[in-house]
This record gives sequence, structure tokens and C-alpha cells, in this order.
Amino acid sequence: MSTTPHSSEILTLERDHIIDLASKGKRIDNRAPMDYREIKIQTGIIEKANGSAQVDIGQTKVIVGVKIEAGTPFPDTPNEGVQTVNAEFTPLAHPTFELGPPQENSIELSRIVDRNLRESKAIDLTKLSIIPGKKAFVVFIDLNMLDHYGNLIDTSTYAALSALLTSKMNEYEIKNDELIIKDNRQPLPMNDYPIPVTFAKIGKTLMLDPNIQEENAMSTRLTVGIDNEDCVCAMQKGGLGGFEPSEIESAVETAIQKSKEIRKLIMEATR
Amino acid sequence: MIDDKGLRSDGRRPDELRSIKLQVGVLHNADGSAYIEQGKNKIIAGVYGPREIHPKHLIISDRAAIRCRYRMAPFSTDERKHPAPSRREVEISKVIREALEPSVLSEYYPRTVIDIFIEALQCDGGTRCASIVAASLALADAGIPLKELVSSCSVGKVKGHVIVDLYDLEDKYGEADLPIALMPNHNLVTLIQMDGKLSKEEFDKAFNMALEGCRKIRNLQNDALKRKYKLESDTEKSKDSKEEVK
Repeated sequence: MSTTPHSSEILTLERDHIIDLASKGKRIDNRAPMDYREIKIQTGIIEKANGSAQVDIGQTKVIVGVKIEAGTPFPDTPNEGVQTVNAEFTPLAHPTFELGPPQENSIELSRIVDRNLRESKAIDLTKLSIIPGKKAFVVFIDLNMLDHYGNLIDTSTYAALSALLTSKMNEYEIKNDELIIKDNRQPLPMNDYPIPVTFAKIGKTLMLDPNIQEENAMSTRLTVGIDNEDCVCAMQKGGLGGFEPSEIESAVETAIQKSKEIRKLIMEATR
Repeated sequence: MIDDKGLRSDGRRPDELRSIKLQVGVLHNADGSAYIEQGKNKIIAGVYGPREIHPKHLIISDRAAIRCRYRMAPFSTDERKHPAPSRREVEISKVIREALEPSVLSEYYPRTVIDIFIEALQCDGGTRCASIVAASLALADAGIPLKELVSSCSVGKVKGHVIVDLYDLEDKYGEADLPIALMPNHNLVTLIQMDGKLSKEEFDKAFNMALEGCRKIRNLQNDALKRKYKLESDTEKSKDSKEEVK
């Protein structure tokens, strides 16, 4: 069951302050409304993974590991590999994260990351079939929250994309229906580099990349994923409020522009 | 999927909704309920509350909490759906709650809970939208103060054509899906999701088509609500003689 989340009374005071600032076009950390915090990208940090990356947006830190293993393809796509995304809200990342099975926020996060990658066809799954209908490579993308200071959606997707772009997979051959994995490695085949851009609506103002204080103050949020060809590939609204239609149309416009800057940053860091 | 006359595989025009049947007050026990048939979709929504909340740590001191569960019946799809909640159902429960929550004046009932239960009995594409339409009516039927009813409609792209209210087959072979929920009088979009690929121009076209679809469905919702409450006041039927689901 999905239940209304609640916030503490102390945070309510801070919320009023942030909404007041927003009405003047200001933010609690002095950014302009359409600025991201500093984005830091490190790749290849886990040698045992096929690919890995840590992305920091401000104080938010997410580490992503990619493991590529032989498995079974889905019956409806027998000639393709499989992409799977899982998100762990580890209790070390925030005092409100608890142990236990995945809750709706982590399920939603992993599904947004999955949707961005899947709908833009970021991974070329058609090249990951081994024996059609029987064997295919499964790309496991595990999102590990380390420090939650707002905007986990963008941080996680940038980390997932950076990890995929630096992933290497072993070459293989098939002898008598047996899969033999060889030692030499080649890059994971990629088609597209989707970039989600997340807006928070605070009062009547849209802000990019909300930090955790702003997430508490926002009435609602919107994530717009943009692919290489400036097309929208994924969207998700969250939170207890709503958007006017004109706000959504201008958010898509902004996302198309902003995604170019961020994609360039990721491409340079993963070259 | 689209023939040379521009008609879809089920004979509809690109901007034509499936036939929609709405019924309010279909369950005896629930404080409010509604049933929707949209094409082959058959969905029932029930609302309980405002009532006491358990467990107590879920209490919100300045408003009612809203709980929502979207569930697909195991027999609702071509292949049997395992009864355990899937990740998709968890996400949809959340986005439906967030689509309805802006319409509810939940600050009138602090420290209580309003429970919304949605059973998708037969699924044929666009069930999250149909669920919102039914659940919003169920909230109204329960007598919960609302700013207005929430309407919902999806638009997609099939073979390059932007079409409204996709059914299962179109959804499966389509290139994009854009479900929207709208509070028409407040001009507030309370649900938006998208998957697939749409250029900015296609997005703007699809988005406006979805808004238009929402407005049409909203009229049907108004009618359904009037039908029930007019009938009861005119003939002074007792509550026991509520219509039942066939």
C-alpha cells in the first residue's frame, strides 16, 4: 500500500523559509533556479564489476555497479539480452532509510532509471543474445545509495549511464552448445545516452536539481528524460501537488537544453 | 495498426476514446465505490474513511493520510498474474495516490486515514488512468470533501500516429505512452508519466490531446455522479438497494 509520507514540524519551518526564498527567485544554497549543484563523476572504481561509477551531485553520492552474466532471455524477446535495475536505499545513506524489502521509493527510483535506459534503447540489447531463446547476457545495474542529500533520480541515472559507458564484457564462443567465456574484453555495446533532468516545484517556481531541504519544501517534482536526438524518452511526476500544463511544456524545453550540458560532462568523464 | 483511412485496429479514429461506462456506489460495505468499464478494462474502486489509522506511527498531525492500493486480479490478463504485488503495482499505487491527493481536502481530517482500494478485474491497457477515474468517483461517493474530481487519460504513438486511449495491443506495439491525470477546473496536472520516444512537437501534440481526453472523461464522471444522487433523492431509495456489480 502506498501511504502519504509525513514530515516533521521543524522541517515545516524550514519549508516556509525555502518557499519564501523561491518566491524571490532565490535558493537556500544560493544557486540560480536552473543551476545544478557540482556534478562529479568517477568511473572504474570497482575492479570486480564489469563497469562502475560514483556520481556526486553536491553532497548526494550514489555508486553503481554493472555485472554482466549469462542468463535466460525473456520469452517475448528471445533474440535480446536482458536489462535489470535494482536500487538499494542502504540505511547508511539517510537516517530514514530502513532495512528490509524494497519500499515504494526505491522501487520507483529503479523503475525510473530503468525506463530512461530501456526506452532510449541505451544498451544495445540486440547484440547480447547468445543462443536465441535459450541464453543471453543479463546486464545487472545495481544502484547503491551512499549519501542522500536530494535528487537521487538524476544522480543514480548519471551513475548508471557512466558505469554502462565504461563497462567491459568478456568475449565468448559457443562449442557444442556450451558457452565458453574468454579472457579478452570489449566495451558493452551502447546506442544512446539518456539524460533525466529533475525539476521541483516550490511555491510557484520551478527549480532544477532540488537538494534534500528543497525536496521537503517542494509540492511536486517532475523528471524529464531526454535522449541523444533531443526526444523525450521518459517522464515521471511525483509528490502531492500538480503542474499547470504550461509548466510541463516549458520544463520539457528546459530539459532538452540542460540535458546537452550534462551529457557532454558524462561523455568526457567516461571517454 | 492504422489503416489507410486513418482508422485504428479496433475501428476508432485517432482521437476517439473507447466506450466508457461508469457506475457510482456499487458496493455495500465501502463508504464510497465506483466501477468503470473502458473498452475491455473492468475496474472497481472502493474507499473507506476517514477512519482511525493503524499502525499509529502513520498518523499525520495536520491532515489525513491517504493510502492507496492498486491490484491486478490474477485472472485479469492473458497469462495469469502472480497474486503477489509486482514492482509495477507498487509504483502504480504510488502514482495513483499522488494523482488523487491534490484533489482531497485532507486537512479537514487530521490524524485519520482515507483508504483507497482498486481492483483491476480485467486489464486491457490504460488501467492506471481508468483506476484514477473510478477512484476519484469513489472518493466523492464516500462524501470526502474534494476540490474537484480528477480525470485521467492516456495518449500514445503507434506507427508514427499520435492516438488517444490506447488499448492493450496498441500499447504493446506502440512507440510511446503518455498517461495524464488532470483537475480540469484547477488546470492542474496531477499525474504525468511517459515512456517511449516523442520529439518536442509530438510531445506537445500528444499532451494536448491527453488534456482534451481528460476533459471529455470528466464530463462522463459528472454525469455518473449526478445519475446516482439524483436517483436516490428522486425516488428516495434506501441505501440497501444500491446497484450491484454484474
